[in-house]
Amino acid sequence: MRPLPLATALGALVIALLAASLSIGYAPIPLGALFGAGDALHVMVMQQIRLPRSALAALVGAALGLSGAAMQGYLRNPLAEPGLIGVSGSAALGAVIALQTGLAGVYGMALPLMALLFAAGAVGLILLLAGPRGGSLTLILAGIAVSALAGALTSLTLNLSSNPYATFEIVFWMMGSVADRSLDHLALAAPLVAVGSAALLTTGRGLDALTLGEDAAEALGISLIRLRLSLLLGTAAAVGAATAVAGAVGFVGLVVPHLLRPVCGARPSRLLWASALGGAAMVLSADIAVRLILPDRDLKLGVVMAILGAPLFLHLIYRTRRAA
Amino acid sequence: MRRSDPIKLAAAGLIWGAAALAQAGPSRVVSLNVCTDQLAWLVADPGQILSVSPLGHDPRSAALADALRAIPASDGSAETVALMQPDLVVAGSYTARATVQMLERIGIRVERFAPARSLDDARANLIRMGDLLGHADRAAALANAFDARLAELTDAPETRPVVAYYLPFNETASGEGLAGGILHAAGMTPISEALGLAGGDRLPLERLVLAQPDLILVGPAYDSPAQATDLLAHPVLAATGPLHRIASSAAWICGTPATLDAIAAMRDLRRDWEAHQ
Repeated sequence: MRPLPLATALGALVIALLAASLSIGYAPIPLGALFGAGDALHVMVMQQIRLPRSALAALVGAALGLSGAAMQGYLRNPLAEPGLIGVSGSAALGAVIALQTGLAGVYGMALPLMALLFAAGAVGLILLLAGPRGGSLTLILAGIAVSALAGALTSLTLNLSSNPYATFEIVFWMMGSVADRSLDHLALAAPLVAVGSAALLTTGRGLDALTLGEDAAEALGISLIRLRLSLLLGTAAAVGAATAVAGAVGFVGLVVPHLLRPVCGARPSRLLWASALGGAAMVLSADIAVRLILPDRDLKLGVVMAILGAPLFLHLIYRTRRAA
Repeated sequence: MRRSDPIKLAAAGLIWGAAALAQAGPSRVVSLNVCTDQLAWLVADPGQILSVSPLGHDPRSAALADALRAIPASDGSAETVALMQPDLVVAGSYTARATVQMLERIGIRVERFAPARSLDDARANLIRMGDLLGHADRAAALANAFDARLAELTDAPETRPVVAYYLPFNETASGEGLAGGILHAAGMTPISEALGLAGGDRLPLERLVLAQPDLILVGPAYDSPAQATDLLAHPVLAATGPLHRIASSAAWICGTPATLDAIAAMRDLRRDWEAHQ
């Protein structure tokens, strides 16, 4: 598909889903309330409860879709995904440590920044272990180890909390949710997600060149070191900030690029922005689904994403095995 | 005949002595639940309770925490309790089930107390604790004082404000539980009744705000963060206006005479609300 029609179609899908997401709730509230029109109570519910939820779903989805596409482009491996290789889990650990040590209370931005720091550690470790070609086995094994360790330390930190309710939030950090998040959370995450996404979008030309091999890419004037640095910092900022406010939502970065690859052709640069839009649409849909299926039970986003994503993941492993 | 009299007398004496001992009740009592901690302390002799639960020392959970601190808290494991050689263990019917079953298996007497779901339950639990600990008289006196103060606190308001006591995890005090009993006694209507929620139903933030309750109550803040409790600090709750933070929610947790303090506080809040209408 040509870029312009693709961008238009995906953009329209995201806008339609945003409108749908804002319209779902316990009372029919016209969308005009978003801009302050109508009943004051409706304006408050729309602006302070529904807007942060919908906007965060789109933001988190865009960050995860884009990061997944970028990592897959760099490692040339369709299994590279922030959730599966432990980047999201490490970001969640950083966020939990920032919250439980009281750091986030002293300095608000400490929350996304700590998540960024831990996510960067995980990305760096994975790049180091998987090497430039990203062998599937090393990638997945390293991912299992990093995820398990991050998950265990997250549980430990929450178990040590003096607040008896803290342990219940282990599920949130491992499965993710945008329910009842406030505008404060949106304001914390949005700037870093924007910076990270901008860094990732600059890698498009480099990733296109990399499809010809590393030597060819260098011959085309691509600095592999700069590319790697943009990828590392971009992924860490986007995934870190998104995870710091919404928990670790898995499989978005796996499912979305996989669905969009056929319409983007063999062009990683095109897949980048397409996956950002597709990711936003995916998480918005998942969040609409959790509210329609069990409105009063606070179903986590990760539940829906894993039900969609895990079979696809198994299918990809099967194909990778056949190719080997 | 004559020779047997002293024996008869001795036998009678033994029986009387045993009856007196039984009347005195168990002398080594261990409590495993924050509510039984407080009920037991209210009727027991000094030294009769060997240990209480860790929550009994926490002022957020136990209205009588200051007094209970004089009694050591145990970790509540079967091993710790067995080594104390208690002659009676009092526990909640839903807490520490595995521990309680283990203690019964090794022959320790355990009495379970169902959590008070109404003010009547609270009164009945108090009486039962008095019987178990051999201090029925003390329990009866406390129950009479309870009745008298409750009657004094209860009045018949013209309008009953709809009150949302918002709890961690989007839960709200249901009309049937102890918190519902407190709100009713204080002349308020729990929002769960106004909205027709069943017990255990969650009340999502949006639904709470849209229902426009007359008063929103939230418990005291915790020192360290958790989303379940951070929700109670969501800016939209303050934006709705009628938000009140309860200084201590301990009086709401267990049915004890301290529950009446919660009713008194709520009645004052309702009168304050009436004055501003």
